[in-house]
Amino acid sequence: MSLQPLLDGGLRPLVQALARRSVSATEVAQAYLDRIAVANPLLNALITVDPAATLREAALADTRLASASTTPGSGSAAAALAGVPIVHKDIFCAEGWRTTCGSRMLDNFIAPYDAGVIERFKAAGATTLARANMDEFAMGSSNEHSWYGPVRNPWDLQRVPGGSSGGSAACVAAGLAPAATGTDTGGSIRQPAAWCGVSGIKPTYGRVSRYGMIAYASSLDQGGAFARSADDLALLLDVMSGHDVRDSTSVAREDAPFSASVGRDVRGLRVGIPREWFGTGLSAGVGAAVKAALAQLQALGCELVDVSLPASSHAIPAYYVIAPAEASSNLSRFDGVRFGHRTADYHDLNELYERSRAEGFGAEVKRRILIGSYVLSHGYYDAYYLQAQKVRRLIANDFALAFESCDLIAGPVTPESAFMLGSNSSDPTSMYLADIYTIPVNLAGLPALSVPAGFDAGLPVGLQLVGPWWQEGRLLQVADAYQRSTDWHLQRPAALKGEGA
Amino acid sequence: MTQWEVVIGLETHAQLSTESKIFSGASTAFGAEPNTQACAVDLGLPGVLPVINRGAVERAIRFGLAVGAEVAPRSVFARKNYFYPDLPKGYQISQFELPVVVGGGLTIQTSQGEKHVRLTRAHLEEDAGKSLHEDFHGLSGVDLNRAGTPLLEIVTEPDMRSAEEAVAYARALHGLVRWIEICDGNMQEGSFRCDVNVSVRPMGQPEFGTRCEIKNLNSFRFIERAIECEVKRQIELIEDGGTVVQQTRLYDPDRDETRSMRSKEDAMDYRYFPDPDLPPLLVGADWVARVAAGLPELPVARRTRFADALGLSAYDAALLTASREAADYFEAVLAAAPGVDAKLVANWVNGDLAAALKRGDLDIAHSQVSNAQLAGLLVRLADGTVSGKMAKEIFEILWSEGGDADAIIDARGMRQISDSGELQAVLQQLIDENPAQVAEYRGGKEKVFGFFVGKAMKATAGKANPAQLNELLRALLAG
Amino acid sequence: MSLSENEVRRVARLSRLAVTAAELPQLQQDLSRILDLAAQLQAIDTTGVTPLAHPSGAGAPLRNDHVTEVDRRQAFQAVAPQTERGLYLVPKVIE
Repeated sequence: MSLQPLLDGGLRPLVQALARRSVSATEVAQAYLDRIAVANPLLNALITVDPAATLREAALADTRLASASTTPGSGSAAAALAGVPIVHKDIFCAEGWRTTCGSRMLDNFIAPYDAGVIERFKAAGATTLARANMDEFAMGSSNEHSWYGPVRNPWDLQRVPGGSSGGSAACVAAGLAPAATGTDTGGSIRQPAAWCGVSGIKPTYGRVSRYGMIAYASSLDQGGAFARSADDLALLLDVMSGHDVRDSTSVAREDAPFSASVGRDVRGLRVGIPREWFGTGLSAGVGAAVKAALAQLQALGCELVDVSLPASSHAIPAYYVIAPAEASSNLSRFDGVRFGHRTADYHDLNELYERSRAEGFGAEVKRRILIGSYVLSHGYYDAYYLQAQKVRRLIANDFALAFESCDLIAGPVTPESAFMLGSNSSDPTSMYLADIYTIPVNLAGLPALSVPAGFDAGLPVGLQLVGPWWQEGRLLQVADAYQRSTDWHLQRPAALKGEGA
Repeated sequence: MTQWEVVIGLETHAQLSTESKIFSGASTAFGAEPNTQACAVDLGLPGVLPVINRGAVERAIRFGLAVGAEVAPRSVFARKNYFYPDLPKGYQISQFELPVVVGGGLTIQTSQGEKHVRLTRAHLEEDAGKSLHEDFHGLSGVDLNRAGTPLLEIVTEPDMRSAEEAVAYARALHGLVRWIEICDGNMQEGSFRCDVNVSVRPMGQPEFGTRCEIKNLNSFRFIERAIECEVKRQIELIEDGGTVVQQTRLYDPDRDETRSMRSKEDAMDYRYFPDPDLPPLLVGADWVARVAAGLPELPVARRTRFADALGLSAYDAALLTASREAADYFEAVLAAAPGVDAKLVANWVNGDLAAALKRGDLDIAHSQVSNAQLAGLLVRLADGTVSGKMAKEIFEILWSEGGDADAIIDARGMRQISDSGELQAVLQQLIDENPAQVAEYRGGKEKVFGFFVGKAMKATAGKANPAQLNELLRALLAG
Repeated sequence: MSLSENEVRRVARLSRLAVTAAELPQLQQDLSRILDLAAQLQAIDTTGVTPLAHPSGAGAPLRNDHVTEVDRRQAFQAVAPQTERGLYLVPKVIE
């Protein structure tokens, strides 16, 4: 069987081909590595590519696949992704892999342990294909804020892929990997998924272990995944999710497998349309695509209902208080003492701290640390931090009320499609506005996903689906039904055509 | 001359006697090779997260119940942010606005009598590591084995008015945390450390003076000296026209003085906020009830019982309940010595035994005379077999050589002479041999009585039962 | 909501971030813009609203008091800038 169609055909055919041993894990890994060698210099989507390490893992997977195929029935359930190479966002610690978090601070950090997510992928038989570029410490909405340089959007190399999981999204969009992990604190999976034309899911807070996932804003961060379809996301989420006793915010649940949610009818589901998300901020191109997607949901038998999320308009200021506050504290451990960058130029302890951190962190990270310190400091705590937490409650309450009259919420992921590289560099806050529809969801802890829903002047547009707590299955069901009736998710970027990919 | 009143409050850090750390599964054992008991969580490596140790919470509940405090059904861990090499994450996880234990108090005994010291709160937090300053080419070495060891920080109201009261409180608290087995109390190893807040004010002034905090006092002696030095410093400063500046100080035992801590000179802004990695700590009423059911009889209850049911003095009862081991020892002696008066037992435990322990620098759990040995001795003292003087001798033998009282009495012929015939014969002979002294006594010189007692003791090698001797002698001399 | 240079220096000091005099004006402008955004919160009526710090509302799970970790000093110190005899080395700490 020819390998190339298999590389772009989604996870399930690939898993089957590997299990049948019609292709080997080594061949698959090598084929993706070949694509990476050609395309990554253009996209800069990956920070660490270590073909030898990947091929070692693939060889091991082949050995296991060989023994599984000779002992029928063994290992098939446990190894849902046997031999499948996955790109991991460079925020998940993986033992023996350099884990930089997109920062000079961790340029030399070889993780001494696996994140919970990495353990689960290993247990499912997956191999590590490469480590994805990202905004430094996941702070950014454009992937321009990486020590390793910006990632380029596969649909237009002059544009950003979105962030912070921009490398992961770009890899999947460009066919450099069948799937990739990401993290979403304020939209960092859904927004790059939308701008790169791939499917991405941010699970309910507590669904996926945060252990070993380098923290940006602990009460908002959640691990998730990118793939070419909602069906693939269901498979990935079945692997990734589950209770981890090492994470006190991880929740033990006995939900049905997400893979059982796909392929089902969606008739009668009530889809809430938040009227505030279709106001003046929404660009015409994105708005038109999203409205067409909503009409398609209606055509599939969903009932569209009007809902209101009035407090969500305050989500950006609340987020830019809470997230920096938590970040300022989370990033204090990067002090040049036990790991990470240490300045060469210091005479006392204070200089060691101040210069190691000044050299190790980039501009956006510094801004958020400083804002975070400010809003938590004496005299400002109540006016900023406490007030932001109260607004957070209002936002969460809005969603709870909305879900009394609908089963899920649908709307745009972003107000506009991908912007040009460098176009938001003069004012840091202009980039923040790209997350206006995604941030409220993180503040409320809810599950949400983004699926491709057409184009705005040749650039992908995403449809966002948001569910009540723990209702990822319902979101995947609707997204899958949508994708079975549309082909937006099958579109491939033209920019890379002819580049060998 | 202004009369000054001293105002003292204490913050005590008691290391909780858990196997593992408060937020990780690393061992808390003391004395390991540097950084061999610092796991990824203790080191604050990227991505790792804290998980609360049930054992630490349970010990906090025990404490709350023991001091009559409220155990909060919901308490919150916060982050206290500051940079220091022994603080790996750049923040300490500690309870701030909502502690697990609220209120309560402790009754202390001082030379002025009993006093109640109110507790503000007790909260759970993690200990820091240690910076070692011995020379590493002018650098400091950081050992994070201690980082993450569970601490209960116990905070009093500013209720103490002298170093003596502060030390009495510290001792009572030390006894209590060991009594309820939440802390080993080992002060040399830093398991029990006090920060003392000291201020002075003119007698009668309602407002408090500016306070200074003296940190990390790890002996009762240092608590006393540090307070006395600091009080003297503050009074002299004010009387010389100066003002006390609120600051953190260290006590230097070599110089017997306090000095300002340079590392704390920056005005600290700790930027406390709820730790997003740790949801609120919920303690249900059922859990509190289970812990309460497992608590031993507490010092106060036992002290009251000793005084009321056994008739001991408040002083003796307090001494015997200073530690659970002492109280257990006392009660074991009492149980093994039926018929012996509790006051006699208390006198011996608080007297000869306490003195011997002090000489040997031992605690009662390591006494060289067991409760059974002491009981055996006191039975013989109470039944008149031996005199008090003999009992002291036997005690010394038990202490240094071991054995049991009856065997020593038999082997050394230390049975006192209680046979009235035998004593009467001895006394009659003395009266016959000393007619002049008999005449003096009968003429009204009562002091001569002692002369005969001395002679009689000498003649019986000290074995005469003193009470019996007195009675017989009086009768014989009366003619 | 403009931030003074002194306030920027204060938070930089709290955050242990060296800021040069040349960086200060741009930083002051950027941080002021972010604070302007954040200050929009102050117009919102939150009377009687309970702050939301933890999204789930569940209590913290507790672990049993057992030692589960082994000595991994060598692996952990392999990523450390400077160690000696098992200790992390830093410039002299002054108490």
